[in-house]
Amino acid sequence: MKLQTRKLLDKSFTGLNLFSAFLLISALIIVLGPIFFKGIGAFVFKGTVEYRRMIFDQFGRGNKEKIFKEIAYSQKARKFIYDNISDFEKGIIVKSYIKETKKIYKEYKEYLSSLELPNPHKNELRRKSRSLYSLFIKALESTDKEKVENILNQILSDPYRKRFDSTPMTKMFHLVTRYSEIVNQVDLSNREVYLENLIDLKDQLRTLLGPFPKDPKPILPRNQYGQTRWDRSLVKLNDVLFIEKYDYSDSSEMGQIVQYPRSEIFKGTTVEHIFSYLEDNRESILLPKTVFYWRFFTDVPLDSNIFGGIKPAILGTFYLTFGALLFSIPLGIIAAIYLTEFAKENWLIQLIRTCIGTLAGVPSIVFGLFGLAFFINTIHVSSSKSVLAGSMTLAILVLPTVIRASEEAIRTVPHTYKEASLSLGASRWRAVLTVILPAALPGILTGIIISMGRAAGETAPIIFTAAVSVGQPLKLWETLSQATPALSWNIYNLCTEHEAVDEIRHVQYGMVLTLVLLVLLINIIAIILRARINKRLIGRT
Amino acid sequence: MNIAIKSVIEKKESLKSDLGNLNNSFIDYKIIKAEKFSVFYGDSIGVYEVTMDIPKNLVTAIIGPSGCGKSTFLRAINRMNDLILNCRSDGLLYIDGQSIYSRDVDVVNLRRNVGMVFQKSNPFPKSIFDNVAYGPRIHGIKNRGQLNEIVERSLIRTALWDEVKDRLHESALALSGGQQQRLCIARALAVNPEILLMDEPASALDPRSTARIEDLIAELRKDYTIVIVTHNMQQAARVSDYTAFLYEGKLIEFGLTKDLFTNPNEQQTEDYITGRFG
Repeated sequence: MKLQTRKLLDKSFTGLNLFSAFLLISALIIVLGPIFFKGIGAFVFKGTVEYRRMIFDQFGRGNKEKIFKEIAYSQKARKFIYDNISDFEKGIIVKSYIKETKKIYKEYKEYLSSLELPNPHKNELRRKSRSLYSLFIKALESTDKEKVENILNQILSDPYRKRFDSTPMTKMFHLVTRYSEIVNQVDLSNREVYLENLIDLKDQLRTLLGPFPKDPKPILPRNQYGQTRWDRSLVKLNDVLFIEKYDYSDSSEMGQIVQYPRSEIFKGTTVEHIFSYLEDNRESILLPKTVFYWRFFTDVPLDSNIFGGIKPAILGTFYLTFGALLFSIPLGIIAAIYLTEFAKENWLIQLIRTCIGTLAGVPSIVFGLFGLAFFINTIHVSSSKSVLAGSMTLAILVLPTVIRASEEAIRTVPHTYKEASLSLGASRWRAVLTVILPAALPGILTGIIISMGRAAGETAPIIFTAAVSVGQPLKLWETLSQATPALSWNIYNLCTEHEAVDEIRHVQYGMVLTLVLLVLLINIIAIILRARINKRLIGRT
Repeated sequence: MNIAIKSVIEKKESLKSDLGNLNNSFIDYKIIKAEKFSVFYGDSIGVYEVTMDIPKNLVTAIIGPSGCGKSTFLRAINRMNDLILNCRSDGLLYIDGQSIYSRDVDVVNLRRNVGMVFQKSNPFPKSIFDNVAYGPRIHGIKNRGQLNEIVERSLIRTALWDEVKDRLHESALALSGGQQQRLCIARALAVNPEILLMDEPASALDPRSTARIEDLIAELRKDYTIVIVTHNMQQAARVSDYTAFLYEGKLIEFGLTKDLFTNPNEQQTEDYITGRFG
C-alpha cells in the first residue's frame, strides 16, 4: 500500500472516532437535556398564593402572618368575581328566592295570629298578603320578562303596602325590589342556558382559584386549593376564558377546534365583565412568586402526588437497591471465589458457568414472576409484596453481573501474588482473603457499580414483588413486610395510570431527574472509592 | 573451560580462604534428601529420578538449560507444584528427615519452613511494612511492637532498611525492581524459615541490582540453607558452594561448585558449561 493511501486511511479512522464520540455526546445531550430542564421544573417554579396556602395547611411551613395577608389581598382581588357571580346566580337560580319568600309569608301569618285585632280586619290582611305572596311566586317562576316586570310593579305600587310597614312583610318588598333590579339585566328566557354555562364556569373557576367562599370544604386536597403552579394557572385561565368548540363549517374538512370566548355567552350580563377583569388582574389574584422547592425530595406526596414531594419513592429505591446489594454481593463474591480458586474444571462447573451466563440474559419480567412465585408464594418471606421480597428478586437479577465481574477481577490478579502468599505459609482461604480479594477489589467494585445502577432502575422485577403506587415512607424494620413506592415503578405509574396525568408532568420529570441523579451520585461515589483503593494498591501519589 | 567462570571461581576461593574450611564441618548434615524423586505433568516428565542430598547452611545452585526441570525440582521442595493441575510426584523427598509428600504433612507448616523467592519480584499491592509483616501476621503475631521488630530486622538483613525506613507505609509497588526483589527476600525471611528457595532471583534485574542480590546471598548463607536456580553460570559459580546440573529432567552431575566447574566428571556437564549447547 502506498504511503499516501495509508495516511489517508489513518486520518479517516481518526475522523470516524471523533465523529462517533461527537455522536455519543450529542445523544447524551439530546436525552439528558430535556430530562434535566423539565425535571428542574419540579424544584424551581413560580408558585401562586394557593401553593403557599397549601404548604402552610398541609406541611405547616411558612410565615403565618405573611400568608394570611397574601390570602386576604388575593381574596380582595377575587371579591369582584365572586360577588358578580352570586348576584347573577340569584336571577337565574330563583329557588332561593322562592324559599325565602315562603319563609317570610309563614312568619307573617304567625305574626298576624298573635295580633289582637278584630277578626274581619285580620281576614282582610290575610287575604291581601296571600295574594301578594302568590303574585310574587308567579313572577319568580315566569321567564317572560315583560310579564314579570308588570307583576313586580303591581306589587310594589300596591295601595295596601303602607299597611304592612314594620311587619315581616317589608322583607318581601325588599326582595321584590332586588329581584326587579336583576330582572332588568338578565334575559330570563335564556335562564336554562345561562344556568348550564354558569355551572361550567364555576367549575372552571374552582379549579383555577379553589373553592368559592361559601362552598363546603371539599374532601380531596386537590379540590381544596386552586392552581399552585403559575404555568398550570395560565393553562387553566385559558380554560376559563375560552371554550373549545368544533367548527364544522367546511364540510370537506374534519372539524376544527376553535377557541370560543366564554364572555360571548354571557354578553350583556354583569358576568361578562369578570373575564376581562380576570385577565387584567391575574397576577394580583394569584400572586405568583418564584420558589425553590428542594423539599420535593423530602416531602411526602399528597392526594396521589398532585401536591407534595417524592420521599417515599426515593426511600423505596434506596431500600431496594441496597437490599439487593446486601444479598448479591456476598453471594456473588463467594461464588466467584469458588469458581476461580477452588472449582475443578469439569462438566458440572462448565454447566454452572453456562447457567450464570444464561441468567444474565433472562428478561427482567421473568425475574419478577419468579420472585412472586418463589419468595412470596413458596417460601413466604412476607405475606404479600415487600421490600424484602423485591430486594431478593433484584439480587438474583444482578447476581450474574456481580459473579462475572468478580470472576474477571479475581482472574486478573497476578498468579504470583497467590504463590507468594502460599509460599509464606498461608492457607488457600487466607491467601484469597488477604491478598487476592484486596487486589481484585477495584474490579469487583466495578461490577457492583453496574449492578447498583441496574437495581435502582429496574421496574419489571418489582412490579410483582415490592412496588405500590401510593405509600408512606417506610421505617427500616417495616421493609421486612411492607411494600413501597419506588422511583422506577412510580415514573411508569404516574405517566400511565394516574387520573390527572397532565397535572403532574412536573412530578414525572422530577422523578426521572431524581432517578438519573441518584444513579449518577451512586456511581460517582463508587468511582471515587475505587480510585482511592486503586491508588492505595499501586502506590502512585 | 570457560575462562570467565574459571577466574570467578579462583577469586571466590581466595576470598573464602580466610574463613578457612569452616563450611566443611557442616557439610555432613544433609537437610534435603531426594531419593529417586520424579515429578510428572500429566504424561510428560518434569523431573525424573533425581537422587541428591543438599547440605545445610550452604548455597546449592541448580543449573541447566531451559526446560530441564530445575524450577520444577525447586518448587517441589516446598510443594508449590501442588497448585499446578495434573502435577504428581513419585519417589521420596525428605526435609530434616521428614518425607514431605507423605499424607500427614502440614503443607502450611512446610512452606513456612521453606521460604521461596520468585523469578519476578512479586510484592503484594500493600505497604512495605504490610508486605514484610504479612507472614508473621498470618502466623498469628498481632503485637505491634513485635511486628515492628520483625520488619526492621528483616529489612536490615536485606540491606533495605536505610532505603525505605522513612516510607514504610507507602506502597511496595513504588519501589525499584531491585528493591522489590530484596523486599521479597525480606518478606520470606520474616517468617524465619530454615531453607530459602530462590528461582532465578536476579534474572529480571540490572547488573547492579544483581550484584546486591548476590552479596545478600553470600550474607544469608551463614544462617540459611539456600537453593538457587539460575541460568547464569557465572552467577552459580560466584554464589554457590555446591552445584547440580540437570538435563532433560535428570540429574547429570552434583558436586562442589569448584570441582564441577573446573573438573566435571560428565561430558554433558563439560559441554554445557563450556557453552557447546543450552
